[in-house]
Amino acid sequence: MAGYIVRRTLGMVVLLVLLTLAVFVLFSLMPADPARLTCGKACSPQIIENNRHRLELDIPPVEQYQRFVSGIFFGRTYLADTKRPLECEAPCLGYSFLRNQEVLDLITKAAPVTFWLAIGGFVTWMTVGLVFGIVAALKRGRWQDRTVMGIALVGYSLPSFFIGLVLYFFVILFLHLLPNPQWKAGMPFKDLGGFVQTMLLPWITIATLNAAFYMRLTRNQVLEVFGEDYVRTARAKGLKERTVVVKHALRAGLTPIVTAAGLDLAYLLGGAIITENIFNLPGLGSLAIGSVIASDLPLISGITLIAATLIIVANLVVDLLYAVVDPRVRVG
Amino acid sequence: MINVEEREGSAEPSPERPFLSIENLFVSFNTEDGVVRAIDGVSLSLERGRTLAVVGESGSGKSVTAQAIMGLVRSMGGHVSGEIWLDGQELNGLQPEEVQALRGSEMAMIFQDPMSSLHPFYRVGDQIVEAILAHRKIGKAAARKETLEMLKHVGIPAAERRIDAYPHQLSGGMRQRVMIGMALINSPQLLIADEPTTALDVTVQAQILELISTLKEEFGTTVILITHDLGIVADVADDVAVMYGGRLVEVGQTSTIYEAPEMPYTLGLLSSIPRMDRELPKRLDPIRGNPPSPINLPPGCVFQPRCNYSDRVANGACLSVRPELLPTAPGHLVRCHLPAEERQQISADVRRILAGAQR
Repeated sequence: MAGYIVRRTLGMVVLLVLLTLAVFVLFSLMPADPARLTCGKACSPQIIENNRHRLELDIPPVEQYQRFVSGIFFGRTYLADTKRPLECEAPCLGYSFLRNQEVLDLITKAAPVTFWLAIGGFVTWMTVGLVFGIVAALKRGRWQDRTVMGIALVGYSLPSFFIGLVLYFFVILFLHLLPNPQWKAGMPFKDLGGFVQTMLLPWITIATLNAAFYMRLTRNQVLEVFGEDYVRTARAKGLKERTVVVKHALRAGLTPIVTAAGLDLAYLLGGAIITENIFNLPGLGSLAIGSVIASDLPLISGITLIAATLIIVANLVVDLLYAVVDPRVRVG
Repeated sequence: MINVEEREGSAEPSPERPFLSIENLFVSFNTEDGVVRAIDGVSLSLERGRTLAVVGESGSGKSVTAQAIMGLVRSMGGHVSGEIWLDGQELNGLQPEEVQALRGSEMAMIFQDPMSSLHPFYRVGDQIVEAILAHRKIGKAAARKETLEMLKHVGIPAAERRIDAYPHQLSGGMRQRVMIGMALINSPQLLIADEPTTALDVTVQAQILELISTLKEEFGTTVILITHDLGIVADVADDVAVMYGGRLVEVGQTSTIYEAPEMPYTLGLLSSIPRMDRELPKRLDPIRGNPPSPINLPPGCVFQPRCNYSDRVANGACLSVRPELLPTAPGHLVRCHLPAEERQQISADVRRILAGAQR
């Protein structure tokens, strides 16, 4: 088991290196010139040149990448040859000259928004998806099943930009049921009521599509497990129907679903671009889309690295969790 | 057999009714293709302490009969009618909870595929402990001790270690031993073994059958052995019931079925057993064709399309009239339109050919 974890961790590191490399290569292939974008209207070649030096775009891409990596471990100094050098301490994900802030600071400020958005959405869709999926499976072919599957089909067909806008329009603008969403620093611990009012619609928006998907997945999985021989064995032992369903069928049927859901959560923690934009939430998704529009390379690489790390770590955690739950997967 | 004698001496709840008695059992399933009549009027009885082999091809209804006795058909969406009497109690009319209380305590079942019949997430010992605690109020430690004893009893080496093994860590034969231990842990009066050796290696098959026979004697259990392999029946069973198309077609003591079978289907089954002790007269003689679809049964004798002798019956009765299961000798029932003398003649001929090939 220990050897397995070490191997997987090494694999993770290799993957992250390749990923950041890819970001750098793609960025250097980009036709737009970031040095030019930063200089405003009245632009002389001299200013562009200065900007290029300030952004460290005048050094070869390979060296840029080296500085980026060593910054993570040892910190780095920007503008070392000027009177006002910028110290960025380890772990330094870079410095955004467009926003005049360290990338890590920007990310840590945006992360809680995305975190609460993702967690709330996750809890909502898993609860709804599992409960309704199980009900549909237990009442297979009856009206409960048909209703749930109908709802799932509708939910599955609604993209988040549509359902988000519709909710925003009707609930906030038209019916005034909720105030305009506004994220404040310190939420949710300060102002819990405002937090819930702000996040309710974003949660629903995020949860709808996934809940529909998980309803269908849960139903199929549970139905499949009910046909397994070991469920018949549990009945033949004379166990209570409740024990048969919960301890024998659901335990085996839901394990792969719950573990796989960890991946969806990790994906969401990297930022929900559309939902955050619709509801004006300053999370990682908004940050990411802003950085891409502004060609802010340090910020792009920083967010990419964080989001990718989340996914890769979640993958490892899911695999390890699976081994804990299902003895057949255990290695060695 | 000592246990059996003792039990028979004790007070019987209903002396006139045999230990197990199935009366007019019908089982059907509604499917998208139509109503599947899996069991079409089976009546059967079995005395305490005996072993009954139910023989037939896939789809003949033998497994469904077993699951109907166990009360497992309803959870599969099937419809059951008829009466099932076990030890003086009618099972089909009971509430689901009442049947559940009998399952695993009064009657237990072993399934065909030990690979998939144990829950992959739980230790085998815990799965047996669960079976004990479902029916008896004893402590966990006591249940575990009993489980360990049972595992030793069913011949699992290093049982102290294996009790904490997961199913995937055991071989197929070991898992089937665990299943047998689980089935017998509450000393059931009736044990149903549904093709217990089909998924196992030939070398292990004999061991498992031996184990079932030994434990049956020891616990005084009545056994129903379901199989499609007539070869294993002779050593184990006291009585044989041959099923075809959801019906019984021949019932008798094992010796009768082997020495004087009368139904052409039984003859076909017997001639298709490969045997080492005889030279083959020609090729192995299988029964031609396939079993009938249980949705669309032939109007006359269900076996008629595959029968070699149906043209010997006058007026083509085999094509239009369902034959009845009628006694031909005491304890020997046959479902066939052929006159008894003719059947016995055919049977004698076939057996002469088979014996002629014997050294």
